[in-house]
Amino acid sequence: MYSQGLIGADGRTEETPEFLARFQQRIDAEEKIEPKDEMPEGYRRTLVRQIGQHAHSEIVGMLPEGNWITRAPSLRRKAALLAKVQDEGGHGLYLYSAAETLGVSREEMTEELLSGKAKYSSIFNYPTLNWADMGTIGWLVDGAAIMNQIPLCRCSFGPYARAMIRVCKEESFHQRQGYEIVMTLAQGTPGQKAMAQDSLNRWWWPSLMMFGPHDADSQHSDQSMAWKIKRFTNDELRQKFIDATVPQAEYLGLALPDPDLKWNEEKGGYDHGPIDWDEFWRVVKGHGPMARDRIKARKKAWEDGAWVREAALAHAEKRRARKIAAE
Amino acid sequence: MAEFEALLEIADDHLILGHRISEWCGHAPMLEEDLALPNMGLDLIGTARTLYDHAGKLEGKGRSEDDLAYLRDEREYRNCLLVERPNEDFAHTMLRQFYFAAFMRPYWLAALDSTDETVRGVAGKAEKEMAYHIRHAGEWVIRMGDGTDESAARMRDAVEALHIYVDELFDSSDAAQEAEAAGVLPLRDALRTTWDRTVAEVFAEALLAQPEAAYAQRGGRQGIHNETLGHLLAEMQVVHRAHPGARW
Ligand SMILES: [Fe+2]
Ligand SMILES: [Fe+2]
Ligand SMILES: [Fe+2]
Repeated sequence: MYSQGLIGADGRTEETPEFLARFQQRIDAEEKIEPKDEMPEGYRRTLVRQIGQHAHSEIVGMLPEGNWITRAPSLRRKAALLAKVQDEGGHGLYLYSAAETLGVSREEMTEELLSGKAKYSSIFNYPTLNWADMGTIGWLVDGAAIMNQIPLCRCSFGPYARAMIRVCKEESFHQRQGYEIVMTLAQGTPGQKAMAQDSLNRWWWPSLMMFGPHDADSQHSDQSMAWKIKRFTNDELRQKFIDATVPQAEYLGLALPDPDLKWNEEKGGYDHGPIDWDEFWRVVKGHGPMARDRIKARKKAWEDGAWVREAALAHAEKRRARKIAAE
Repeated sequence: MAEFEALLEIADDHLILGHRISEWCGHAPMLEEDLALPNMGLDLIGTARTLYDHAGKLEGKGRSEDDLAYLRDEREYRNCLLVERPNEDFAHTMLRQFYFAAFMRPYWLAALDSTDETVRGVAGKAEKEMAYHIRHAGEWVIRMGDGTDESAARMRDAVEALHIYVDELFDSSDAAQEAEAAGVLPLRDALRTTWDRTVAEVFAEALLAQPEAAYAQRGGRQGIHNETLGHLLAEMQVVHRAHPGARW
């Protein structure tokens, strides 16, 4: 357990105005906050929630792509996809470790995911329906994740920032690899090109929703900005993503499914049509087409694996006992 | 042609086992295994790719690694039966991996002296990978064998189910015998003692009885498989075959 000796972990921090001002000063001076440092309870809770959600997203995110490993149409793609999904699991592992420095265990976080108490990115509640989705997810979903995560490399909480530096390198590799898959299809047979277009039609809007609600409707933003957990607003990041992606789609000769998408000279960025926030909230609340199946799959893995984890513990215990007996 | 066929047998072993292992990805008993299993799968698929590519060149009919992997039916697949067995549970999966690696490690060590340069290259890399697979899967066999009552019972079931497929590992088909005589591939038969020793050591630590097979089930090298392989191939090949001639 890491929680012992952690100031703030049990809510014992005395949050006097002086304490909070001192903390804010450290943040403003761009000092990294480390696990053993004093921190306001709200800061700790926000990070536990955010890092936990991020970790869960990596883990649940293994499922939609895992769905195509056994059907990948070439051995090269099969190996690359397997490696990609494995990377996502690795991201989950670093992130759980970063969250553990704040006094929550991986088991506790896993229980919260399985009980539905903890959230994960709702993008993973959409189904993967053709091979092109393996390209589109890399290109758009990993692409959007990078937009969100590059600023997190400078997050005020040291372990999270450091985990993000490592994760972002791999995510940008995934993004390029995904784009290359879509490009191969876009330049392929009519059937392949249709597959790519269908995939883009399905993933474009959900990708834009990955940045979260419009700034005016976002509840956690202000405090997170002040604490430098977050450095850009949802709308700023979404705009960057759109501006980067539109030319990429044009280059592929694929159409983005938004008739209102057009360049706005004045703001130096693209305008886009209205996002269907009703759908967003439906999916966030777990009404997405795949929400039940995703959690069911994670539960099944966890429950089916229980005897294996118990065996590992029992064996370690036996070894320990034998070693003591031998001494 | 014999070398082509003999290489295909080993390539098929690696691809099919790699595919089976990849079925676990995202569904393992713990996150560490969600990382370890794909690692092993990647090793196996990587070896399969090099062997298919090399076999295709030796054949000289312009068949690529993907032509060989995606455009052959189950009767044309030449993998041994052990590797196609379904995952069942973690005990079966780890035992299957352990049995296979305990065979392939000495195989690749012996293949370091192959007269074929590509085979030597594969052997140099794969020998180390198989040493890791023996260690990783072997540790799990020990943990499960000497873990809880349930895990021990599951390990015994796995041994019971898989041991009949072991002897086939040591058989050399006509093609393999030709390749062995030419010094391209190692003698399978000669690896039995090493395999027995590796397994005996791990089983002793796992408190598992030294297995005895009631009989030996063979057939993979003649393309006589279990019914499960056809389903595996149907899934693996479906996209590739739906778009003839496409590049991926
Ligand atoms: Fe990731
Ligand atoms: Fe991520
Ligand atoms: Fe990624």
